[in-house]
Amino acid sequence: MLISFLCLMPIIHILAISFSSGAAAAAGKVALWPVDFTTAAYDNVFGKPEYLRAFSVSVKRVILGTVISMFLMILTAYPLSKEPRQFRLRTFYSWLFVFTILFSGGLIPSYLTVKSLGLIDTLWALVLPTAIPVFNVILLLNFYRNLPKELEESARIDGAGHFLTLWKIYVPLSLPALATTGLFTMVGHWNSWFDGMLYMNHTENYPLQTFLQTVIIKMDFRFIKAENVELMLKLSDRTSRAAQIFVAAFPILIVYPFLQRFFIKGIVMGSVKG
Amino acid sequence: MHVLARLWKREWPLHLMLLPGIALVLIFSYVPMAGIVMAFQKYIPNKGLFGSPFIGLKNFRLLIDYPDVGRVFVNTVYIAAMKIAAGLIVPITIAILLNELRREWIKRTFQTLVYLPHFMSWVLLSGILVDVLSPSSGVLNQLLGYFGIKPIFFLGSNDWFPYVMVISDVWKEFGFGTIVYLAALTAIDPSLYEAAAIDGAGRIKQTFHVTLPGMMPIIVLMFTLNIGNVLNAGFEQIFNLYSPPVYQSADIIDTFVYRMGVQQAQFGFATAVGLLKSIVSFIFISMSYILAYRIANYRIF
Repeated sequence: MLISFLCLMPIIHILAISFSSGAAAAAGKVALWPVDFTTAAYDNVFGKPEYLRAFSVSVKRVILGTVISMFLMILTAYPLSKEPRQFRLRTFYSWLFVFTILFSGGLIPSYLTVKSLGLIDTLWALVLPTAIPVFNVILLLNFYRNLPKELEESARIDGAGHFLTLWKIYVPLSLPALATTGLFTMVGHWNSWFDGMLYMNHTENYPLQTFLQTVIIKMDFRFIKAENVELMLKLSDRTSRAAQIFVAAFPILIVYPFLQRFFIKGIVMGSVKG
Repeated sequence: MHVLARLWKREWPLHLMLLPGIALVLIFSYVPMAGIVMAFQKYIPNKGLFGSPFIGLKNFRLLIDYPDVGRVFVNTVYIAAMKIAAGLIVPITIAILLNELRREWIKRTFQTLVYLPHFMSWVLLSGILVDVLSPSSGVLNQLLGYFGIKPIFFLGSNDWFPYVMVISDVWKEFGFGTIVYLAALTAIDPSLYEAAAIDGAGRIKQTFHVTLPGMMPIIVLMFTLNIGNVLNAGFEQIFNLYSPPVYQSADIIDTFVYRMGVQQAQFGFATAVGLLKSIVSFIFISMSYILAYRIANYRIF
């Protein structure tokens, strides 16, 4: 109990600061409960077009990214779940995917690839490079392989092709697994910030986490136009900073109960299956 | 030919399904791998990959001569190794302690609370840490102040920085590990405990002679899988928390590559450093998977 309290203490402390008055926070009077309760910091955050725009970029990337990733994941996992007997090139294709988690070209070549495709400053730069979630594909294909073969055979006898079998039998049966991976993909997209920093030249295109990273945490003024400096100073005082962290964490807190239920199941399943 | 045609007729939908995935992987994973030739070039952005002159191993020689590289490598392995060790010890200990608790709801509440940080990005957690650890206004230093300890600049001191990284990494991730080990614990046959109790073993002896041996397979498996991370000291975490005064103890390969490549535009050199890391990581990861397969019959697919 003490340990779990220790784990949450920093988070609660910041939450308390975000609801305290600026003066109390600056004087260091806030511990785990707000002093001079006020929502001024939150009003401040929600009144800032920069913050809201970054928020909406994040929402867009989460939706677009998750839809594309889920689609590709289902489509990729199905053929790879076949036995080599049914699908000659399965082993070759599998290694083609697995190799990408073992080895990578590195930061600079990846950046130059995205750049030469003209994706810099577009939403696609945040979505496409990571669109194939290889780990999730492996998870799902293991799931598919454990489904009874008879289902597929009976569908085949009824004259269903691969696409129909996938759509009518595999997808409905794997809904729980899909929900889990989908949720994790969403969280991943929401939390990622480095690609935003790398691939976006203009701060207007930053997703929320990147925005917070450069403007509030690093307080990096090189990215900011002169007329915005005053605004940024205002945004970076202690209570506002705390409030911005919380608004950015809020979507995670909402899905957290679902996450952790799936999470335990997923890990236990994974470790038992091995 | 006839056989191939028949195969194609049977399998074409499967190939078609893989097409979009393969295309994306080729473009975003394999094309960058080809870009590795930059490591052997004096890369000039507006001449591109085909126009830039080849300079052989010069980038690698520069790497050996570069004064910071050795330190960067040591930092990486030092921080990563401590994280691997702490990432084993803490969750195992907590799982064993938790397992001793009889009340189910305490276990569940505990689990619910401790892995909240796992789902938050390092950007947000860093924002929290920077505030909590601040030497002037941070709550931790205030607390230490009551005991008469002078404020410590945790994130600005080379003595503290690596340990702060390890501790905050444990903070974020130990909830995850605890679940894995807890699952392994529940799989231990209860009759073993009864037998041990009859033989006169107390709680502590039971832990050492029944619980730990019972967990051994999963501990070994997790350890081997973690070996692959020996060069991943945690870019996202360190990048968000470090600053020039602590480069000496905080700079790791990934942050170094980022600064060289993206900020200073030394594309060829940064790619060379990145390539070395990729190769060593590749060897370690492959080794860890092979070991995991040999020891625990663990397979990824």
